[in-house]
Amino acid sequence: MSARQPPVVSRGEGAVPRGAPPSAPVVIRAAARQVRLWIVTSTRAAPGGLGTGARIAVAVAALALLAVLVLPLWRIDLEAPQYPEGLGMEIRVNTIVGVKPNDLNNINNLNHYIGMKVIRPEDFPELRFMPLLVAGLSGMGLVVAATGRRRLLYVWVALLVLCAVAGLADFYRWSYDYGHNLDHERAIIKVPGMTYQPPLIGSKQLLNFRAHSWPGSGGWIAIAAGALASLVAARELVRARRARRLAEAA
Amino acid sequence: MAGAAVALYAYACQTTGPKGLLDGDVASRVYVAPGEHDEFYAFLSGGFSGQVTVYGLPSGRLLKVIPVFSQYPENGWGYSEETKPMLETSFGFVPWDDAHHPQLSKTNGVPDGRWLFINANNTPRIARISLETFETEEIIEIPQSAGNHASPFITPNSEYVVASTRFSVPVPQRDISIDEYKAAFKGTISFIRADRPGEMDIAFQLLVPGYNYDLAHAGKGPSYGWAFFTTYNTEQANTLLEINASQRDKDFVAAVNWRRAEECVAQGRGRDVAVTYVHNYMGEERVARSERKRGVRVLEPADCEGMIYYLPTPKSPHGVDVDPSGEYIVAGGKLATVIPVHSFSKMLAVIEAKDFEGEAEGIPMLRYEAVLAGEVQNPGLGPLHTEFDGKGYAYTSAFLSSEIVKWKLGTWEVVDRIPTYYSIGHLMIPGGDSEKPWGKYVVALNKITKDRYLPTGPELVHAAQLIDISGERMRLLLDFPTLGEPHYAQALPAELIKDKVVRIYDIQRNRHPYATLSEADARVERRGGTVHVYMTAIRSHFSPDIIEGIRVGDTVKFHVTNLEQDWDVPHGFAAMGVPNAELLIMPGETKTLTWVPRQPGVYPFYCTDFCSALHQEMQGYVRVSPAGANVPLTSNGAGQGKVLASGGGR
Repeated sequence: MSARQPPVVSRGEGAVPRGAPPSAPVVIRAAARQVRLWIVTSTRAAPGGLGTGARIAVAVAALALLAVLVLPLWRIDLEAPQYPEGLGMEIRVNTIVGVKPNDLNNINNLNHYIGMKVIRPEDFPELRFMPLLVAGLSGMGLVVAATGRRRLLYVWVALLVLCAVAGLADFYRWSYDYGHNLDHERAIIKVPGMTYQPPLIGSKQLLNFRAHSWPGSGGWIAIAAGALASLVAARELVRARRARRLAEAA
Repeated sequence: MAGAAVALYAYACQTTGPKGLLDGDVASRVYVAPGEHDEFYAFLSGGFSGQVTVYGLPSGRLLKVIPVFSQYPENGWGYSEETKPMLETSFGFVPWDDAHHPQLSKTNGVPDGRWLFINANNTPRIARISLETFETEEIIEIPQSAGNHASPFITPNSEYVVASTRFSVPVPQRDISIDEYKAAFKGTISFIRADRPGEMDIAFQLLVPGYNYDLAHAGKGPSYGWAFFTTYNTEQANTLLEINASQRDKDFVAAVNWRRAEECVAQGRGRDVAVTYVHNYMGEERVARSERKRGVRVLEPADCEGMIYYLPTPKSPHGVDVDPSGEYIVAGGKLATVIPVHSFSKMLAVIEAKDFEGEAEGIPMLRYEAVLAGEVQNPGLGPLHTEFDGKGYAYTSAFLSSEIVKWKLGTWEVVDRIPTYYSIGHLMIPGGDSEKPWGKYVVALNKITKDRYLPTGPELVHAAQLIDISGERMRLLLDFPTLGEPHYAQALPAELIKDKVVRIYDIQRNRHPYATLSEADARVERRGGTVHVYMTAIRSHFSPDIIEGIRVGDTVKFHVTNLEQDWDVPHGFAAMGVPNAELLIMPGETKTLTWVPRQPGVYPFYCTDFCSALHQEMQGYVRVSPAGANVPLTSNGAGQGKVLASGGGR
C-alpha cells in the first residue's frame, strides 16, 4: 500500500475580489493555505515511504530526545533518618550533579566512611560525548521524518534501543565499580561481604541509606520518545508485511 | 478597699480556678504533633540574661537562645576572635547586659521578618539580629545615655529605633555632685537609623529635662511621624525614688514629632557634640569589626519648636501603646486607678490652637482633659502595658492584681479579665503593637513564678502563659517556663521567616582572612610570637591533628574552618586547659580561638558537637614545649612544608 495522498487544496477561498484591498482575515487565510501547501508538498512521502502521521510522530520523538540535554537522565535518591530533606544525585547527559547544590559533595563525604571512590564528573569520559550522541540521534530522527524512508526508520530505532541498552550497561558497570572496588585500607566502616552498588532500577538498603534509582525527568521523556519511535516502526513493519501479502495475493 | 474588691471580682469572674484548671480541648489547642511546626515564632527578651530566646507558639517550645549582649560559652559568642568585637563599648569590653524590648522590623507598620532589634539597658546599646541567620549582626552604643529602657521601639517603616534615658545623667558626663541633679542632669531621646544593615547611626538626639524616660511606641497611620515616651520622676528626685518620685498626681507622656526633628536637623539646627561611641558590625566576612564613632547631632526643644510636647498622664506611667488605627495612645499609669487614653487627633487640635497649660523647661504642656479620649475604669491594679487584637479590643496587663484585662476601644469598658501566674509585666499579642495584629493569642510574661513548676531551690525560672483570645472570653491554654527574665516579646507568623532561614554558609563565599578552604591547605605558621593554626574540620577529623613546636608564652590562634556544606553539621573545638570557651563552627564558617599556653605538655583537642558516627575519633594533640625550646614548628596538615608521620597511616 502506498502512503496516503495529501488532500488536494483547491477550494480557492483565498481569492480576493478585484479592486478591493484584501481584508486581514483573508490575507491570513491565504497565507495559512500557502504554508499548508508548502508543508504538504515538501514533506510528501516518497513512494513506499512513511505516511504523514508516522513522520510527525518520528519528528516529535526526535525533538523530545533533546530534552535530555537539559533534564536529568537518571536520579539516585538516598533516604536516611538523618536526611529528612533528602539527599540525591542526578546523572545528566554531560555531568553528574547533586539534587541540591551540595548533595554530591555530601554523598562523597559520607562515602569516605565505606572507602568508596570520590564521584567526580570528570572521571566519566562518556559524559563528554553523550551530548553529541543525543544530538546526533535526534538529528537522524529528523532526517527520518523529513525523508520518510522506512528503512532509515528501522535503523534509527535500532540505534535508539542499542544506545539505551549500552547506556544502562555502562551505568551498571560504573555503579558496580564504585560499589565494589572499595579502598579497604582507608575504609572506616567495613562490613564483611557488604558492597554498595545502587540498584540499576528500583530501591535497595545500603547500611543506613535506602537508595532509590529511577530515570530522571529527561530519562522518562527519552523512554517515551523511544517507545513512540518503536511503536511507529512496529506499525510500519506490520503494514509493510500486509502490503506484501496483498501484492502476493494479487 | 477598692483594690481588694477588684481582685475579688477578678477571681469571681474566672471560669478557671486559681491554678488554672483547664476545660475541654485546651490541650489540643497547644499540641503541635512531633515533627510538625509551630504557627508563630516568638522572640522573648532575656532580661538579665542579655540574650533573646526564640519560642514556637502555641507549643511554648524553646527553639533557640540567640546570644546578643552577654558572652555565651556554649557557642563561643564573645569568646571567639570573630565575635569579641561585638561586645566592645566606649567603656571597654562589656560581657553582659540586661536586654528588655525586642522589636521586629516593620514595613508599612507591619512586622516584615527582616530583623529583630533589642536594647541593652545597663550599658546603653541597641542590637540588630538577622532573621535569616538568627545571629546578632550589629550593635551600636548610645552616647549621652544611661538606663536605655525606652528602647528600641521602631517606626512604621523601620526608619528609626529609639533610645532614651531612664537615668538622667550629667550631660556631658563629668565628675559633679549628685546633689546637682536638677541643674545638671539631663535626659536624652535618640533616634537611630535602623534600616541600613551595617550603617546603624545616631541620626539625632534630643536633649530633654532630667526625668526618667520609661517606655515608648511610635505613632502609626495618622500619627505616623510621631513617637511617644512615658516619663516618671518629673519630681526630679535623685534618692529614694520609691517615695520621692511618686509625689505628683501626674507625670507626662512626651509626644515627639520626629519628622519635625528631621526638618530641623536638615536645616542645620542644633549642635554637634563631640562624644565618642562604639559601633560593632559583623559583615559578609563574618568577622566583627568595632569602630569608634565621634559626634552626635543634639537638638534642644528651643532649637526646634513643634518638636516635642508633654501630655500630662496620671501617676508614673509605664507603658505607652498606640492602637492599630494610630488614633489612641494608651498609657499604663502603674499607680493609677484608671487607664488614660489620649486622642491623637485631639492632641493635634490642641497644638494647633496652642491651648497649652504651661511649659516644663521650655516644652509645652497640654491639658489632660483636652487630649483625653477616655479613661478605662476598674482596669485592675497596677496597669502596665497594652496590646491590641486588631478587632477593636485592647488587653492591658495589671501587675498588682496579676491579670490581663480586656477592654473595648471607644467605649472604654472592661469586657473580660483573666488571672496570670503571677504578677504580669509585659504581655504580647503577635503583631500586637503593629497596624495589623494577628490577634489569636496573648502571652503573659510574668515576674513571679512560686509554685507553678517543680521547685528548683530559691532561684526559679520565670513563667509565661499562653492565652487564647480568638473568642469572646480569654482562655488559658498553656503555662511554660522561660529563660532569664523576659520583659517584652514579639511574635509573627512562621511563614514570614521560615523559608528564608540560612542552613549553611556557602564555603565558596567564605572571605575570612584566616579561612582554610581545603584540607590541602591545612597547616601551622609562626609569625613572631604568634602561631596561626589553619585547621579544617570535616566528618570525622581535624586537619592538622598533630601540632608540635609551640612554646610556652606563644599566642596560639586556632582558625578552624568547618568544611561541611551539609545542613545541621556543626563542629565544635575545645582544647584542654584553654582559659576560654569552646568554638562552635557552623558549616562553611571559620572561627578563631586564642590560647596562650602556660605549661609545657601535650594537650588534646576534640570536637565537642556530636557530628557523626566517628565523632569520638575526631581529636588531635598539640605539643607545648618550654619557652626557648628548639622543637621545630610542624604539623601533619597537608599544606605543611614538613609533614610529620601520624600514627593513623595517613
